Amino acid sequence: MADVTARLVRWVLLAAFAAFFLVPLIALADFSTKKPAGGRSGAAWHALISDPTLTAAVRVSVTLAILTALGMLLLLVPTMVWVRLRVPRARRLIELLCLLPLTIPALVLVVGLDNVYAWVDYLFGDSPYGLTFVYVVLVLPFSYRALDAALSAIDVRTLAEAARSLGAGWPTVILRVVLPNIRTGVASAAFVTVALVLGEYTVSSLLHYDTLPVVIVLLGKADAAESTAAALASLLAAAALLVLLSLLDRRRRAPGRTSR
Amino acid sequence: MTSTAAPAARRGWRAPLPSLGLLPFLIYLTIFLVVPTLTVLVGAVHDDDGFSLARIRALGDGPARDALRASVELSTASALLGAFLGAVLAWLIVASPATSALRRVVLAACGVLAQFGGVTLAFAWVATLGFGGLVTTAIADVFGGQPDGVPWLYELPGLVLVYTYFQIPLMVIVFLPALEGLQPQWREAARTLGATGRQYWWHVGIPLLRPAFLGATLLLFANAFAAYATAAALVSQGAPITPLLIRSALTSEIVLGQADFGYALALEMVVVVAVVMAAYSWLLKRTSRWLT
Repeated sequence: MADVTARLVRWVLLAAFAAFFLVPLIALADFSTKKPAGGRSGAAWHALISDPTLTAAVRVSVTLAILTALGMLLLLVPTMVWVRLRVPRARRLIELLCLLPLTIPALVLVVGLDNVYAWVDYLFGDSPYGLTFVYVVLVLPFSYRALDAALSAIDVRTLAEAARSLGAGWPTVILRVVLPNIRTGVASAAFVTVALVLGEYTVSSLLHYDTLPVVIVLLGKADAAESTAAALASLLAAAALLVLLSLLDRRRRAPGRTSR
Repeated sequence: MTSTAAPAARRGWRAPLPSLGLLPFLIYLTIFLVVPTLTVLVGAVHDDDGFSLARIRALGDGPARDALRASVELSTASALLGAFLGAVLAWLIVASPATSALRRVVLAACGVLAQFGGVTLAFAWVATLGFGGLVTTAIADVFGGQPDGVPWLYELPGLVLVYTYFQIPLMVIVFLPALEGLQPQWREAARTLGATGRQYWWHVGIPLLRPAFLGATLLLFANAFAAYATAAALVSQGAPITPLLIRSALTSEIVLGQADFGYALALEMVVVVAVVMAAYSWLLKRTSRWLT
Protein backbone atom coordinates (compact mmCIF):
# COMPACT_ATOMS: atom_id res chain seq x y z
CA MET A 1 0.00 0.00 0.00
CA ALA A 2 2.70 2.44 1.05
CA ASP A 3 4.63 1.42 -2.03
CA VAL A 4 1.72 2.29 -4.32
CA THR A 5 1.32 5.68 -2.64
CA ALA A 6 5.03 6.38 -3.01
CA ARG A 7 4.92 5.56 -6.71
CA LEU A 8 1.83 7.66 -7.20
CA VAL A 9 3.45 10.64 -5.45
CA ARG A 10 6.53 10.18 -7.60
CA TRP A 11 4.60 10.28 -10.85
CA VAL A 12 2.39 13.17 -9.78
CA LEU A 13 5.49 15.20 -8.90
CA LEU A 14 7.19 14.28 -12.18
CA ALA A 15 4.07 15.31 -14.09
CA ALA A 16 3.99 18.64 -12.24
CA PHE A 17 7.62 19.31 -13.15
CA ALA A 18 6.97 18.32 -16.76
CA ALA A 19 4.04 20.74 -16.92
CA PHE A 20 6.05 23.59 -15.39
CA PHE A 21 8.85 23.15 -17.92
CA LEU A 22 6.82 22.27 -21.00
CA VAL A 23 3.98 24.79 -20.82
CA PRO A 24 6.15 27.88 -21.53
CA LEU A 25 7.79 26.09 -24.47
CA ILE A 26 4.42 25.00 -25.83
CA ALA A 27 3.24 28.58 -25.37
CA LEU A 28 6.19 29.75 -27.49
CA ALA A 29 5.29 27.33 -30.28
CA ASP A 30 1.64 28.30 -29.98
CA PHE A 31 2.35 32.02 -30.10
CA SER A 32 4.69 31.73 -33.08
CA THR A 33 2.05 30.04 -35.24
CA LYS A 34 -0.89 32.22 -34.23
CA LYS A 35 -2.45 34.67 -36.65
CA PRO A 36 -3.68 37.96 -35.15
CA ALA A 37 -7.11 37.39 -36.69
CA GLY A 38 -7.27 33.80 -35.45
CA GLY A 39 -6.22 30.54 -37.08
CA ARG A 40 -2.75 29.15 -37.69
CA SER A 41 0.06 30.23 -39.95
CA GLY A 42 3.66 29.24 -40.55
CA ALA A 43 4.56 32.73 -41.77
CA ALA A 44 6.67 33.54 -38.71
CA TRP A 45 8.72 30.39 -39.18
CA HIS A 46 9.13 31.06 -42.88
CA ALA A 47 10.41 34.53 -42.02
CA LEU A 48 13.37 32.89 -40.28
CA ILE A 49 14.82 32.11 -43.70
CA SER A 50 13.28 34.95 -45.70
CA ASP A 51 13.39 38.07 -43.51
CA PRO A 52 16.68 39.80 -44.37
CA THR A 53 17.06 41.24 -40.84
CA LEU A 54 16.87 37.78 -39.32
CA THR A 55 19.01 36.00 -41.89
CA ALA A 56 21.70 38.67 -41.50
CA ALA A 57 21.61 38.19 -37.72
CA VAL A 58 21.78 34.41 -38.08
CA ARG A 59 24.80 34.79 -40.36
CA VAL A 60 26.56 37.07 -37.86
CA SER A 61 25.87 34.74 -34.93
CA VAL A 62 26.89 31.57 -36.77
CA THR A 63 30.10 33.16 -38.06
CA LEU A 64 30.88 34.43 -34.57
CA ALA A 65 30.25 30.96 -33.14
CA ILE A 66 32.67 29.35 -35.60
CA LEU A 67 35.33 32.04 -35.12
CA THR A 68 35.04 31.74 -31.34
CA ALA A 69 35.31 27.95 -31.45
CA LEU A 70 38.43 28.19 -33.63
CA GLY A 71 39.96 30.92 -31.48
CA MET A 72 39.23 28.98 -28.29
CA LEU A 73 40.86 25.81 -29.65
CA LEU A 74 43.86 27.72 -30.96
CA LEU A 75 44.41 29.34 -27.58
CA LEU A 76 43.50 26.49 -25.26
CA VAL A 77 44.67 23.22 -26.86
CA PRO A 78 48.37 24.09 -27.31
CA THR A 79 48.47 25.75 -23.89
CA MET A 80 46.85 22.84 -22.07
CA VAL A 81 48.99 20.23 -23.83
CA TRP A 82 52.09 22.28 -23.17
CA VAL A 83 51.23 22.60 -19.48
CA ARG A 84 50.86 18.85 -19.12
CA LEU A 85 54.08 18.11 -20.96
CA ARG A 86 56.50 20.77 -19.89
CA VAL A 87 55.14 23.05 -17.15
CA PRO A 88 52.98 20.89 -14.87
CA ARG A 89 53.47 23.28 -11.96
CA ALA A 90 51.45 25.90 -13.90
CA ARG A 91 48.41 23.64 -14.10
CA ARG A 92 46.60 25.15 -11.11
CA LEU A 93 47.23 28.65 -12.43
CA ILE A 94 45.83 27.87 -15.88
CA GLU A 95 42.80 26.15 -14.36
CA LEU A 96 42.17 29.10 -12.07
CA LEU A 97 42.41 31.56 -14.96
CA CYS A 98 40.09 29.47 -17.12
CA LEU A 99 37.45 29.23 -14.39
CA LEU A 100 37.74 32.91 -13.45
CA PRO A 101 35.06 34.05 -15.94
CA LEU A 102 32.54 32.18 -13.78
CA THR A 103 33.23 34.67 -11.01
CA ILE A 104 33.51 37.74 -13.22
CA PRO A 105 30.12 38.08 -14.92
CA ALA A 106 29.97 39.01 -18.60
CA LEU A 107 28.18 42.18 -17.60
CA VAL A 108 31.19 43.30 -15.56
CA LEU A 109 33.56 42.56 -18.44
CA VAL A 110 31.46 44.73 -20.75
CA VAL A 111 31.70 47.64 -18.35
CA GLY A 112 35.50 47.42 -18.36
CA LEU A 113 35.94 46.65 -22.05
CA ASP A 114 35.91 50.24 -23.39
CA ASN A 115 39.67 50.70 -23.59
CA VAL A 116 40.40 47.24 -24.90
CA TYR A 117 37.72 47.47 -27.57
CA ALA A 118 38.88 50.90 -28.66
CA TRP A 119 42.08 49.08 -29.66
CA VAL A 120 40.33 46.08 -31.17
CA ASP A 121 38.20 48.37 -33.33
CA TYR A 122 41.26 50.38 -34.27
CA LEU A 123 43.29 47.31 -35.26
CA PHE A 124 40.61 45.12 -36.84
CA GLY A 125 37.96 47.61 -37.86
CA ASP A 126 34.59 48.08 -36.19
CA SER A 127 32.68 44.89 -36.94
CA PRO A 128 30.61 42.42 -34.90
CA TYR A 129 33.31 39.82 -35.46
CA GLY A 130 35.51 41.69 -33.01
CA LEU A 131 33.26 40.15 -30.35
CA THR A 132 35.17 36.90 -30.94
CA PHE A 133 37.95 38.06 -28.61
CA VAL A 134 35.76 38.51 -25.55
CA TYR A 135 33.61 35.46 -26.41
CA VAL A 136 36.71 33.26 -26.24
CA VAL A 137 37.11 34.41 -22.63
CA LEU A 138 33.42 33.82 -21.81
CA VAL A 139 33.49 30.19 -23.03
CA LEU A 140 36.78 29.30 -21.32
CA PRO A 141 35.32 27.63 -18.18
CA PHE A 142 33.13 25.30 -20.23
CA SER A 143 35.65 24.42 -22.92
CA TYR A 144 38.41 24.02 -20.33
CA ARG A 145 36.43 21.32 -18.54
CA ALA A 146 35.70 19.44 -21.77
CA LEU A 147 39.34 19.51 -22.90
CA ASP A 148 40.66 18.73 -19.43
CA ALA A 149 38.49 15.60 -19.21
CA ALA A 150 39.72 14.43 -22.62
CA LEU A 151 43.37 15.08 -21.78
CA SER A 152 43.07 13.28 -18.44
CA ALA A 153 41.80 10.19 -20.25
CA ILE A 154 44.99 9.73 -22.29
CA ASP A 155 48.65 9.54 -21.37
CA VAL A 156 49.85 12.73 -23.03
CA ARG A 157 53.40 12.46 -21.74
CA THR A 158 54.05 8.95 -23.08
CA LEU A 159 52.48 9.78 -26.43
CA ALA A 160 54.60 12.91 -26.74
CA GLU A 161 57.80 11.17 -25.66
CA ALA A 162 57.21 8.41 -28.19
CA ALA A 163 56.63 10.93 -30.94
CA ARG A 164 59.59 13.04 -29.89
CA SER A 165 61.93 10.04 -29.83
CA LEU A 166 60.87 9.29 -33.39
CA GLY A 167 61.97 12.78 -34.36
CA ALA A 168 58.69 14.70 -34.33
CA GLY A 169 58.82 18.42 -33.62
CA TRP A 170 56.46 20.06 -31.11
CA PRO A 171 53.93 21.22 -33.73
CA THR A 172 53.73 17.64 -35.03
CA VAL A 173 53.31 16.30 -31.50
CA ILE A 174 50.39 18.62 -30.79
CA LEU A 175 48.68 18.53 -34.18
CA ARG A 176 49.22 14.96 -35.35
CA VAL A 177 49.68 12.95 -32.15
CA VAL A 178 47.78 14.56 -29.26
CA LEU A 179 44.95 16.26 -31.16
CA PRO A 180 43.59 13.09 -32.85
CA ASN A 181 43.48 11.41 -29.44
CA ILE A 182 41.36 14.11 -27.80
CA ARG A 183 39.04 14.77 -30.72
CA THR A 184 35.85 14.06 -28.76
CA GLY A 185 36.97 16.53 -26.10
CA VAL A 186 37.72 19.04 -28.84
CA ALA A 187 34.31 18.42 -30.36
CA SER A 188 32.47 18.89 -27.07
CA ALA A 189 34.41 22.07 -26.28
CA ALA A 190 33.54 23.39 -29.74
CA PHE A 191 29.86 22.43 -29.42
CA VAL A 192 29.42 24.08 -26.05
CA THR A 193 31.13 27.17 -27.45
CA VAL A 194 28.83 27.31 -30.46
CA ALA A 195 25.73 26.86 -28.30
CA LEU A 196 26.84 29.60 -25.89
CA VAL A 197 27.75 32.07 -28.62
CA LEU A 198 24.48 31.54 -30.51
CA GLY A 199 22.56 32.62 -27.40
CA GLU A 200 24.89 35.35 -26.16
CA TYR A 201 23.00 38.56 -25.47
CA THR A 202 24.74 40.49 -22.69
CA VAL A 203 27.92 41.56 -24.45
CA SER A 204 26.56 41.94 -27.97
CA SER A 205 23.54 44.02 -26.93
CA LEU A 206 25.56 46.37 -24.73
CA LEU A 207 28.25 46.83 -27.39
CA HIS A 208 25.46 47.39 -29.95
CA TYR A 209 26.07 44.59 -32.41
CA ASP A 210 23.16 42.89 -34.14
CA THR A 211 23.62 39.25 -33.22
CA LEU A 212 20.67 36.85 -33.32
CA PRO A 213 19.47 37.29 -29.70
CA VAL A 214 19.76 41.08 -30.00
CA VAL A 215 17.65 41.09 -33.16
CA ILE A 216 15.14 38.72 -31.55
CA VAL A 217 14.60 41.19 -28.72
CA LEU A 218 14.38 44.15 -31.12
CA LEU A 219 11.87 42.25 -33.28
CA GLY A 220 9.83 41.43 -30.20
CA LYS A 221 8.58 44.99 -30.21
CA ALA A 222 7.57 44.96 -33.89
CA ASP A 223 6.60 41.40 -34.84
CA ALA A 224 5.95 39.24 -31.79
CA ALA A 225 5.20 36.03 -33.72
CA GLU A 226 8.41 36.23 -35.72
CA SER A 227 10.55 36.87 -32.66
CA THR A 228 8.94 34.01 -30.72
CA ALA A 229 9.63 31.68 -33.65
CA ALA A 230 13.26 32.80 -33.74
CA ALA A 231 13.59 32.48 -29.97
CA LEU A 232 12.26 28.93 -29.99
CA ALA A 233 14.39 28.02 -33.01
CA SER A 234 17.58 29.21 -31.29
CA LEU A 235 16.80 27.21 -28.14
CA LEU A 236 16.08 24.12 -30.25
CA ALA A 237 19.36 24.63 -32.12
CA ALA A 238 21.26 24.66 -28.82
CA ALA A 239 19.36 21.55 -27.69
CA ALA A 240 20.15 19.76 -30.98
CA LEU A 241 23.85 20.59 -30.60
CA LEU A 242 23.95 19.20 -27.08
CA VAL A 243 22.05 16.04 -27.99
CA LEU A 244 24.46 15.48 -30.87
CA LEU A 245 27.27 15.96 -28.40
CA SER A 246 25.94 13.37 -25.95
CA LEU A 247 25.57 10.88 -28.82
CA LEU A 248 29.19 11.50 -29.76
CA ASP A 249 30.23 11.05 -26.17
CA ARG A 250 28.34 7.79 -25.79
CA ARG A 251 29.82 6.33 -28.97
CA ARG A 252 33.27 6.95 -27.60
CA ARG A 253 32.48 5.24 -24.33
CA ALA A 254 30.60 2.32 -25.84
CA PRO A 255 33.25 -0.21 -26.92
CA GLY A 256 34.79 -1.09 -23.59
CA ARG A 257 36.93 2.01 -23.29
CA THR A 258 37.11 3.24 -19.76
CA SER A 259 37.71 6.93 -19.68
CA ARG A 260 36.87 8.12 -16.18
CA MET B 1 64.37 23.79 -27.99
CA THR B 2 67.41 21.77 -28.99
CA SER B 3 67.86 18.12 -28.13
CA THR B 4 70.75 18.90 -25.80
CA ALA B 5 68.61 21.13 -23.62
CA ALA B 6 66.14 18.39 -22.70
CA PRO B 7 68.52 16.21 -20.61
CA ALA B 8 69.84 19.33 -18.93
CA ALA B 9 66.33 20.20 -17.85
CA ARG B 10 65.87 16.73 -16.47
CA ARG B 11 68.93 17.08 -14.29
CA GLY B 12 67.28 19.83 -12.32
CA TRP B 13 68.38 22.90 -14.23
CA ARG B 14 65.17 24.69 -15.02
CA ALA B 15 65.09 26.06 -18.50
CA PRO B 16 62.98 29.20 -18.65
CA LEU B 17 61.93 28.23 -22.16
CA PRO B 18 58.99 25.87 -21.41
CA SER B 19 57.25 28.57 -19.38
CA LEU B 20 57.49 30.89 -22.36
CA GLY B 21 55.06 28.57 -24.14
CA LEU B 22 52.33 29.85 -21.84
CA LEU B 23 52.92 33.47 -22.80
CA PRO B 24 50.33 33.71 -25.62
CA PHE B 25 47.62 32.41 -23.28
CA LEU B 26 48.66 34.65 -20.40
CA ILE B 27 48.91 37.74 -22.60
CA TYR B 28 45.50 37.04 -24.12
CA LEU B 29 43.84 36.66 -20.74
CA THR B 30 45.60 39.74 -19.44
CA ILE B 31 44.19 41.82 -22.27
CA PHE B 32 40.66 40.46 -22.35
CA LEU B 33 40.05 39.42 -18.73
CA VAL B 34 42.48 41.13 -16.35
CA VAL B 35 42.53 44.56 -17.99
CA PRO B 36 38.71 44.92 -18.12
CA THR B 37 38.45 43.79 -14.49
CA LEU B 38 41.14 46.24 -13.40
CA THR B 39 39.45 48.97 -15.45
CA VAL B 40 36.29 48.38 -13.42
CA LEU B 41 38.21 48.38 -10.16
CA VAL B 42 40.15 51.55 -10.95
CA GLY B 43 37.12 53.28 -12.45
CA ALA B 44 35.11 52.58 -9.31
CA VAL B 45 37.54 54.40 -7.01
CA HIS B 46 38.24 57.38 -9.28
CA ASP B 47 36.52 60.45 -10.46
CA ASP B 48 37.71 63.12 -12.87
CA ASP B 49 40.20 64.49 -10.35
CA GLY B 50 41.83 61.24 -9.28
CA PHE B 51 41.29 58.86 -6.39
CA SER B 52 37.89 59.24 -4.80
CA LEU B 53 35.39 57.08 -3.02
CA ALA B 54 32.44 59.16 -4.23
CA ARG B 55 31.22 56.50 -6.67
CA ILE B 56 31.48 53.75 -4.06
CA ARG B 57 29.61 55.94 -1.60
CA ALA B 58 26.89 56.55 -4.19
CA LEU B 59 26.17 52.81 -4.13
CA GLY B 60 24.68 53.32 -0.69
CA ASP B 61 21.83 55.61 -1.63
CA GLY B 62 18.84 55.97 -3.89
CA PRO B 63 18.36 53.79 -6.94
CA ALA B 64 21.59 51.81 -6.45
CA ARG B 65 20.62 50.72 -2.95
CA ASP B 66 17.07 49.82 -3.99
CA ALA B 67 18.38 47.88 -6.98
CA LEU B 68 20.84 45.97 -4.82
CA ARG B 69 18.15 45.09 -2.33
CA ALA B 70 15.84 43.90 -5.11
CA SER B 71 18.68 41.92 -6.69
CA VAL B 72 19.47 40.20 -3.41
CA GLU B 73 15.78 39.44 -2.87
CA LEU B 74 15.42 38.08 -6.40
CA SER B 75 18.58 35.98 -6.12
CA THR B 76 17.67 34.65 -2.68
CA ALA B 77 14.09 33.79 -3.61
CA SER B 78 14.98 32.13 -6.90
CA ALA B 79 17.96 30.32 -5.33
CA LEU B 80 15.86 28.91 -2.47
CA LEU B 81 12.98 27.92 -4.73
CA GLY B 82 15.35 26.53 -7.35
CA ALA B 83 17.43 24.63 -4.78
CA PHE B 84 14.43 23.07 -3.06
CA LEU B 85 12.51 22.14 -6.22
CA GLY B 86 15.70 21.12 -8.03
CA ALA B 87 16.66 18.82 -5.16
CA VAL B 88 13.20 17.23 -5.34
CA LEU B 89 13.53 16.72 -9.11
CA ALA B 90 17.03 15.30 -8.70
CA TRP B 91 15.73 12.93 -6.02
CA LEU B 92 12.91 11.85 -8.35
CA ILE B 93 15.25 10.93 -11.19
CA VAL B 94 18.08 9.46 -9.12
CA ALA B 95 15.81 6.50 -8.32
CA SER B 96 15.76 5.45 -11.97
CA PRO B 97 18.90 3.86 -13.43
CA ALA B 98 21.53 6.04 -15.11
CA THR B 99 20.69 4.64 -18.53
CA SER B 100 16.92 5.09 -18.28
CA ALA B 101 15.20 7.28 -20.84
CA LEU B 102 13.58 9.41 -18.14
CA ARG B 103 16.89 10.32 -16.59
CA ARG B 104 18.58 11.04 -19.91
CA VAL B 105 15.76 13.26 -21.13
CA VAL B 106 15.56 15.21 -17.87
CA LEU B 107 19.33 15.72 -17.76
CA ALA B 108 19.53 16.80 -21.41
CA ALA B 109 16.67 19.26 -20.92
CA CYS B 110 18.31 20.57 -17.75
CA GLY B 111 21.59 21.11 -19.60
CA VAL B 112 19.88 23.18 -22.25
CA LEU B 113 17.60 25.20 -19.97
CA ALA B 114 20.23 25.92 -17.31
CA GLN B 115 22.76 27.45 -19.64
CA PHE B 116 21.27 28.36 -22.98
CA GLY B 117 17.92 29.87 -22.04
CA GLY B 118 18.84 33.54 -22.25
CA VAL B 119 16.32 35.74 -23.97
CA THR B 120 14.23 32.78 -25.13
CA LEU B 121 12.99 32.23 -21.57
CA ALA B 122 11.70 35.79 -21.32
CA PHE B 123 9.73 35.26 -24.52
CA ALA B 124 8.47 31.89 -23.34
CA TRP B 125 6.97 33.37 -20.18
CA VAL B 126 5.50 36.34 -22.01
CA ALA B 127 3.88 33.85 -24.39
CA THR B 128 2.57 31.96 -21.35
CA LEU B 129 1.42 34.64 -18.92
CA GLY B 130 1.59 37.84 -20.96
CA PHE B 131 -1.15 39.51 -22.99
CA GLY B 132 -2.95 36.84 -25.03
CA GLY B 133 -0.63 34.18 -23.64
CA LEU B 134 -1.44 30.48 -23.53
CA VAL B 135 -2.28 30.22 -19.84
CA THR B 136 -3.79 33.72 -19.71
CA THR B 137 -6.19 32.88 -22.51
CA ALA B 138 -7.07 29.53 -20.97
CA ILE B 139 -7.88 31.19 -17.64
CA ALA B 140 -9.92 33.89 -19.38
CA ASP B 141 -11.86 31.20 -21.26
CA VAL B 142 -12.67 29.27 -18.12
CA PHE B 143 -13.28 32.05 -15.62
CA GLY B 144 -14.29 34.82 -17.98
CA GLY B 145 -12.57 38.18 -18.21
CA GLN B 146 -9.96 39.55 -20.56
CA PRO B 147 -6.67 37.77 -21.44
CA ASP B 148 -4.64 40.81 -20.38
CA GLY B 149 -1.91 38.79 -18.76
CA VAL B 150 -0.66 38.97 -15.20
CA PRO B 151 0.58 42.46 -14.29
CA TRP B 152 3.38 41.21 -12.03
CA LEU B 153 5.17 39.33 -14.82
CA TYR B 154 7.37 42.34 -15.61
CA GLU B 155 8.12 43.06 -11.95
CA LEU B 156 10.09 41.30 -9.24
CA PRO B 157 7.67 38.35 -8.73
CA GLY B 158 7.73 37.69 -12.48
CA LEU B 159 11.52 37.72 -12.47
CA VAL B 160 11.55 35.24 -9.57
CA LEU B 161 9.28 32.90 -11.55
CA VAL B 162 11.31 33.18 -14.75
CA TYR B 163 14.63 32.80 -12.91
CA THR B 164 13.35 29.74 -11.07
CA TYR B 165 12.74 28.22 -14.49
CA PHE B 166 16.48 28.13 -15.16
CA GLN B 167 17.56 27.67 -11.51
CA ILE B 168 15.83 24.30 -11.07
CA PRO B 169 17.73 22.70 -14.01
CA LEU B 170 21.04 24.09 -12.71
CA MET B 171 20.28 22.64 -9.26
CA VAL B 172 19.59 19.23 -10.80
CA ILE B 173 22.94 19.29 -12.62
CA VAL B 174 24.90 20.42 -9.57
CA PHE B 175 23.10 18.36 -6.93
CA LEU B 176 22.68 15.05 -8.74
CA PRO B 177 26.32 13.94 -8.23
CA ALA B 178 25.95 14.46 -4.46
CA LEU B 179 22.75 12.39 -4.38
CA GLU B 180 24.44 9.68 -6.43
CA GLY B 181 27.27 9.71 -3.90
CA LEU B 182 25.00 8.46 -1.14
CA GLN B 183 26.11 4.84 -0.86
CA PRO B 184 23.31 2.25 -0.65
CA GLN B 185 25.44 0.48 1.99
CA TRP B 186 24.88 3.37 4.39
CA ARG B 187 21.18 2.96 4.07
CA GLU B 188 21.47 -0.79 4.55
CA ALA B 189 23.70 -0.28 7.57
CA ALA B 190 21.17 2.11 9.13
CA ARG B 191 18.37 -0.33 8.43
CA THR B 192 20.30 -3.25 9.94
CA LEU B 193 20.68 -1.19 13.09
CA GLY B 194 16.93 -0.76 13.16
CA ALA B 195 16.50 2.71 11.67
CA THR B 196 13.30 3.60 9.86
CA GLY B 197 13.43 5.37 6.50
CA ARG B 198 12.71 8.67 8.18
CA GLN B 199 15.43 8.14 10.77
CA TYR B 200 17.93 7.30 8.01
CA TRP B 201 17.22 10.55 6.20
CA TRP B 202 17.14 12.61 9.39
CA HIS B 203 20.38 11.28 10.92
CA VAL B 204 22.40 10.16 7.89
CA GLY B 205 21.14 11.32 4.51
CA ILE B 206 20.33 14.96 5.20
CA PRO B 207 23.43 15.71 7.33
CA LEU B 208 25.60 14.23 4.56
CA LEU B 209 23.87 16.22 1.84
CA ARG B 210 23.64 19.47 3.77
CA PRO B 211 26.97 21.01 2.65
CA ALA B 212 26.27 20.05 -0.97
CA PHE B 213 22.78 21.55 -0.74
CA LEU B 214 24.02 24.78 0.83
CA GLY B 215 26.85 25.02 -1.68
CA ALA B 216 24.50 24.52 -4.60
CA THR B 217 22.16 27.16 -3.18
CA LEU B 218 25.04 29.62 -3.08
CA LEU B 219 25.94 28.78 -6.67
CA LEU B 220 22.34 29.42 -7.68
CA PHE B 221 22.40 32.74 -5.83
CA ALA B 222 25.52 33.83 -7.74
CA ASN B 223 23.98 32.59 -10.97
CA ALA B 224 20.86 34.69 -10.45
CA PHE B 225 22.78 37.72 -9.24
CA ALA B 226 24.99 37.75 -12.35
CA ALA B 227 22.22 36.92 -14.83
CA TYR B 228 21.37 39.65 -17.28
CA ALA B 229 19.91 38.49 -20.61
CA THR B 230 16.56 37.15 -19.38
CA ALA B 231 15.84 40.15 -17.18
CA ALA B 232 16.92 42.60 -19.87
CA ALA B 233 14.63 40.99 -22.43
CA LEU B 234 11.70 40.88 -20.01
CA VAL B 235 12.02 44.35 -18.46
CA SER B 236 12.72 46.77 -21.29
CA GLN B 237 12.29 49.94 -19.28
CA GLY B 238 13.38 50.92 -15.82
CA ALA B 239 16.03 49.29 -13.69
CA PRO B 240 14.60 47.42 -10.73
CA ILE B 241 17.70 45.23 -10.23
CA THR B 242 21.45 45.88 -10.26
CA PRO B 243 22.24 44.29 -13.67
CA LEU B 244 19.56 46.45 -15.29
CA LEU B 245 20.85 49.52 -13.46
CA ILE B 246 24.24 48.81 -15.03
CA ARG B 247 22.48 48.73 -18.40
CA SER B 248 20.94 52.14 -17.69
CA ALA B 249 24.32 53.49 -16.63
CA LEU B 250 25.93 52.20 -19.84
CA THR B 251 23.26 53.30 -22.28
CA SER B 252 22.03 56.45 -20.61
CA GLU B 253 22.85 59.53 -22.61
CA ILE B 254 20.79 61.88 -20.52
CA VAL B 255 22.81 62.11 -17.35
CA LEU B 256 26.48 62.73 -17.97
CA GLY B 257 28.78 60.76 -15.70
CA GLN B 258 26.29 57.90 -15.43
CA ALA B 259 28.58 55.64 -17.43
CA ASP B 260 31.27 56.07 -14.81
CA PHE B 261 28.86 55.06 -12.08
CA GLY B 262 28.63 51.75 -13.97
CA TYR B 263 32.16 50.97 -12.75
CA ALA B 264 31.06 51.13 -9.11
CA LEU B 265 27.96 49.03 -9.82
CA ALA B 266 30.06 46.46 -11.69
CA LEU B 267 32.54 46.31 -8.82
CA GLU B 268 29.69 45.75 -6.39
CA MET B 269 28.49 42.88 -8.56
CA VAL B 270 31.94 41.26 -8.78
CA VAL B 271 32.42 41.51 -5.02
CA VAL B 272 29.06 39.89 -4.25
CA VAL B 273 29.57 37.09 -6.78
CA ALA B 274 33.18 36.48 -5.70
CA VAL B 275 32.29 36.25 -1.99
CA VAL B 276 29.43 33.85 -2.71
CA MET B 277 31.54 31.71 -5.05
CA ALA B 278 34.35 31.54 -2.47
CA ALA B 279 31.89 30.25 0.11
CA TYR B 280 30.64 27.78 -2.50
CA SER B 281 34.05 26.32 -3.20
CA TRP B 282 34.75 26.05 0.54
CA LEU B 283 31.55 24.05 0.98
CA LEU B 284 32.41 21.96 -2.09
CA LYS B 285 35.64 20.87 -0.42
CA ARG B 286 33.71 19.78 2.67
CA THR B 287 31.27 17.84 0.52
CA SER B 288 33.91 15.95 -1.40
CA ARG B 289 35.22 14.48 1.86
CA TRP B 290 32.26 12.09 1.89
CA LEU B 291 30.42 12.20 -1.38
CA THR B 292 32.66 11.75 -4.35
